[in-house]
Amino acid sequence: MIELVGDLLFDYTLRNVALGSAILGVVGGSLGTFAVLRRQGLLGDALAHATLPGVCAAFMLTGTKNPVVLLLGAGLSAALGALVILAVVNGTRIKQDAALGIVLSVFFGAGIVLLTYIAGSGDAGQSGLDRFIFGQAATIVREDVVTMGLLALAALVVTALFFKEFKLLSFDPALAASLGFPVRALNVLLTALIVVAVVVGIQAVGVVLMAAMLITPAAAARQWTDRLSAMILLSALFGAASGVSGALISASGANLPTGPLIVLVATGILLVSLLLGRRHGLLWSWRTGRRNRREALRRVA
Amino acid sequence: MSPDLIVVVTAVLVAVPCALLGTFLVLRQMAMMGDAISHAVLPGIVVAFFLSESLGPVTSLAGAGAFGLLAAVLVEALRNTGRVMEDSSIGIVFTALFALGVFLISRFASDVHLDLQHVLFGEIAFSPLNTLVIGGVDLGPRSFWTLGIVTVVAVSLVLLLYKELKIATFDPGLAAAAGLSPVLVHYLLMGAVSVTTVGAFDSVGAVLVVAFLIAPPATAYLLTDGLARMLVISVSVGVASAILGYYAAALLDVAIAGMMAVAAGLYFALGLLFSPSRGLVANLLRRRRNRRSFARGLLLARLGTLGNRATEEELSEQLSWEGGRVSRTLHDALSGGFVLRPSPGEVALTRKGREATDGTAKPSAR
Repeated sequence: MIELVGDLLFDYTLRNVALGSAILGVVGGSLGTFAVLRRQGLLGDALAHATLPGVCAAFMLTGTKNPVVLLLGAGLSAALGALVILAVVNGTRIKQDAALGIVLSVFFGAGIVLLTYIAGSGDAGQSGLDRFIFGQAATIVREDVVTMGLLALAALVVTALFFKEFKLLSFDPALAASLGFPVRALNVLLTALIVVAVVVGIQAVGVVLMAAMLITPAAAARQWTDRLSAMILLSALFGAASGVSGALISASGANLPTGPLIVLVATGILLVSLLLGRRHGLLWSWRTGRRNRREALRRVA
Repeated sequence: MSPDLIVVVTAVLVAVPCALLGTFLVLRQMAMMGDAISHAVLPGIVVAFFLSESLGPVTSLAGAGAFGLLAAVLVEALRNTGRVMEDSSIGIVFTALFALGVFLISRFASDVHLDLQHVLFGEIAFSPLNTLVIGGVDLGPRSFWTLGIVTVVAVSLVLLLYKELKIATFDPGLAAAAGLSPVLVHYLLMGAVSVTTVGAFDSVGAVLVVAFLIAPPATAYLLTDGLARMLVISVSVGVASAILGYYAAALLDVAIAGMMAVAAGLYFALGLLFSPSRGLVANLLRRRRNRRSFARGLLLARLGTLGNRATEEELSEQLSWEGGRVSRTLHDALSGGFVLRPSPGEVALTRKGREATDGTAKPSAR
């Protein structure tokens, strides 16, 4: 363990990996808070899958594996996915869940088609693209960390600037509309920020498990506090802790995939929070219930 | 049987049960439970893979399917704590189980035949090579057997419990009052979806099976209001996606299962745009028609209050509409025979136009 902490400080590769995972945890955790409160956790799942064709298309068009180009492609195709979901839900009687499922699977299918097309066209540079599916934190280099960091910073600054509006939108959208806030524009902005969080995360955990980075830390943070600001901070902290410990565990042995480990650590934090969370903890309510039952029995007797 | 045909038949055997069960998922607004279950069965498949020497194909199908049912139970349990909302609990459960599955594969199965690509989009192209041999007898493609069982299960579930599924889907309260347990129906459906996703796993993987589960039923939902018709259309769209996807993939030499998902998306897009009753184009045309007939009604009524006859200038002053709306609407009313031009620059209501402004014949708003 001590050795690992030493590596974290001095080992170049591990430092990048841990830093990247931490950034992902912070941005996923804080934006996931809004997604969870607005019951849009699975939107992140669909949008994460929808990034795949964009990554491939960006590579096919430009021929580079520059992270900025690939992530731009990812962001554009996720935005297209979000628009399709919106059009389907607003324009027909199909509900959100089916719209999410369709965008998720069809976009992902298109991504797989493009991946095999790139592989078939004999382009040797393709080998790096499939890491977006499961994520490979171990391949994160300094350039990626810088890109991720800048994107995350931008997303967090915008979130801070619009904190009050997002808060109102999350808890009482009807009030927000009646007060004259541009609810639709704020919705679009918040969705765009979730796209940014997804784009930051897909390199580390991949498109399939990205949803966990948005949902699980936020759901865990919810068990400890009723205040939005505290929930965001705690969720970011849980996300970062999951990211760093997942990266460290995965570096400690062979054949330990980073993405799944990050998700499993986050799930562990959630379980502990569900049991022990202040005020809401299952353990406390169970104990209170038992005490009340005893008290009642004693009074009867 | 040619390899081409084996792949297509395998895909059809995926499409049929998915379309049938998916119809109920879409109607019950549980599409994302299909996504969750298809991911959650992964650890079950890994365990079954290690034990498949001792277990037969049917037992491992059921064993892996149990993990799907476990996911459904966990989602309910998490939601019932009252501390996590439903969509969050779906996201938490399936990512955790899927992560567990990927972890097990990377840790313990990285050197055997169970790779991660396969997990997500299957290897339907290999279905002709993978044959079931029992006691030295070649019984044909293994996928025919597993997916055949799955198809029989799904078809018989829908046929035998058609009435029950219908009531529990459209009116759970009535179902409960009639002594039908909606909970039982829910878990039966979830169990069938689990077994189906496990059966489809080898062919199309965890993500693309969602395309077969959701896209054809959603397409059918845009085309009809009847449950029986929706099931039939859904199965047809699923089968058509499988066939179109296969030949397009063969033509372009790309992933077969991926192309099938794209084909399913294509059919959905066609339905979304061009469904005669609910498509976006039909909606647009209907809205435009309504807007026009409403504007015509207003114009005729105003002309009526002006004594059934007025100059165009007077009329447009009275209506004070923007741009060319007055002349557009006038043109519309002229060609419809509601007004006529007794002299240049002047308009008057015809008999038909006067009738339309009477209370008896309101502007037709379909």
